[in-house]
Amino acid sequence: MGIVSPGFQGRPRSAGAVLPPGQYIAEDFPVLSAGPTPRVEQAAWEFTITTETGVEHRWDWPAFLRLPSQSPTVDIHCVTQWTKLGTTWEGVSLDTLLGGVETAAEYALVHSYGGYTTNLPLADLLDGQAWVVHRYDGAPLAPEHGGPARLLVPHLYFWKSAKWVRGIRLLDRDEQGFWELAGYHDRGDPWLEQRYQGD
Amino acid sequence: MAGAALPGGLSERLAWRVARLVAVRSETDTARTLVLEAPGWPGHLAGQRVDLRLTAADGYSTRRSYSLAAPADGDRLELTVQRVPGGEVSPYLTEIYSVGDPVELRGPIGGWFVWRPTDTAPVLLVAGGSGLVPLMAMVRARRAAGSRSPFRLVCSVRTPSDLYYAAELRAGASRDPGLDVTIAYTRAVPEHWTSPPRRLRAEDLVAAGWPPEFEPTCYVCGPTGFVEAVADALVEIGHASERIRTERFGPSGSSAGTGPSKV
Repeated sequence: MGIVSPGFQGRPRSAGAVLPPGQYIAEDFPVLSAGPTPRVEQAAWEFTITTETGVEHRWDWPAFLRLPSQSPTVDIHCVTQWTKLGTTWEGVSLDTLLGGVETAAEYALVHSYGGYTTNLPLADLLDGQAWVVHRYDGAPLAPEHGGPARLLVPHLYFWKSAKWVRGIRLLDRDEQGFWELAGYHDRGDPWLEQRYQGD
Repeated sequence: MAGAALPGGLSERLAWRVARLVAVRSETDTARTLVLEAPGWPGHLAGQRVDLRLTAADGYSTRRSYSLAAPADGDRLELTVQRVPGGEVSPYLTEIYSVGDPVELRGPIGGWFVWRPTDTAPVLLVAGGSGLVPLMAMVRARRAAGSRSPFRLVCSVRTPSDLYYAAELRAGASRDPGLDVTIAYTRAVPEHWTSPPRRLRAEDLVAAGWPPEFEPTCYVCGPTGFVEAVADALVEIGHASERIRTERFGPSGSSAGTGPSKV
């Protein structure tokens, strides 16, 4: 146990939802990012998966919308300690997008419009754990929340769920993204409190 | 590169250390600056944050991030905390936490929303409310280093009594040659002020900022909606996205801390 701060009570402890360590429940949906919101037209939007051998798999907006869609309801956990329970999204499973891709890569580097990048193990994108989503709470995804489309990897801290996603590079070796280069964790499991490198 | 040349090794920055409150300064009716002594503090850059960990007697603990308000003075750090009604941590830090009390702290954190005294580009700082805190750290770091980098600060507050560091900012160019300060009011203006209160607009950023061709580095910090609007306006008037750095904090029960720019 840490040093007790005299007189500190904290919010009432409830036996309700189980949260990852250090998280608290947010009722709204905070918007956080490192720069201005990129404005990406659907007509110009593309999503590309590039394998470690340089093979590209590309979808434009109509092709992306023709893929089988899922509507996951998940809890999301931000490294700034808020958790939002029961968020509903609509999009395409990475299992679908990666289904026809031949790769032996172990890592993924996600790229966004606007230049943001984030890295994670490829295994964290598979087996029903990740989606490219274009709707949130029944409506098209707003630009400040990553529209037209963002990555959704709810079992990792939310900075891995890159907004304005435009592609994924599959890599044999881990290559760090924007926040990871600044000291944040390469995997970011909220249940293990993997906030910073070394956690 | 964002991660380069930050003060303190990684393990040092991640280690929780016990700091004690050594002094308090009232900034407004609802905000105060905490001066903490953190033995062995490795130093920090203007714009960086710390994590505080508060623990109750029953072992429950919670963390929040707060921006550092000034350059380090040896082992002394300054944070300014805005009291958020109904918040879990900020009412404690602004009303109960007393001189001599301990708090656990780690950092410094953040390598992107920072200004270094070796930076020579013109700087535009745009603050919304308590978003002034990390920007004031930049102003103070500039002063401490004797930097000649031209700075312009635009600060939007609800009313005149909501402005932090008011005397220091009003001293203006006599204290900080090369720093221009513009204060804008959204709810109530000072006496004898001729224009009505309103939100910042692109034209205000043209008038009080730098022309895009000067290639200033722009730092924008404040509540989400404010940062979103200001960053969009800066892009609209011609500033390159890669020179606009933002730090946002949402209203979501998160106390007054400016959280890491993420998600």
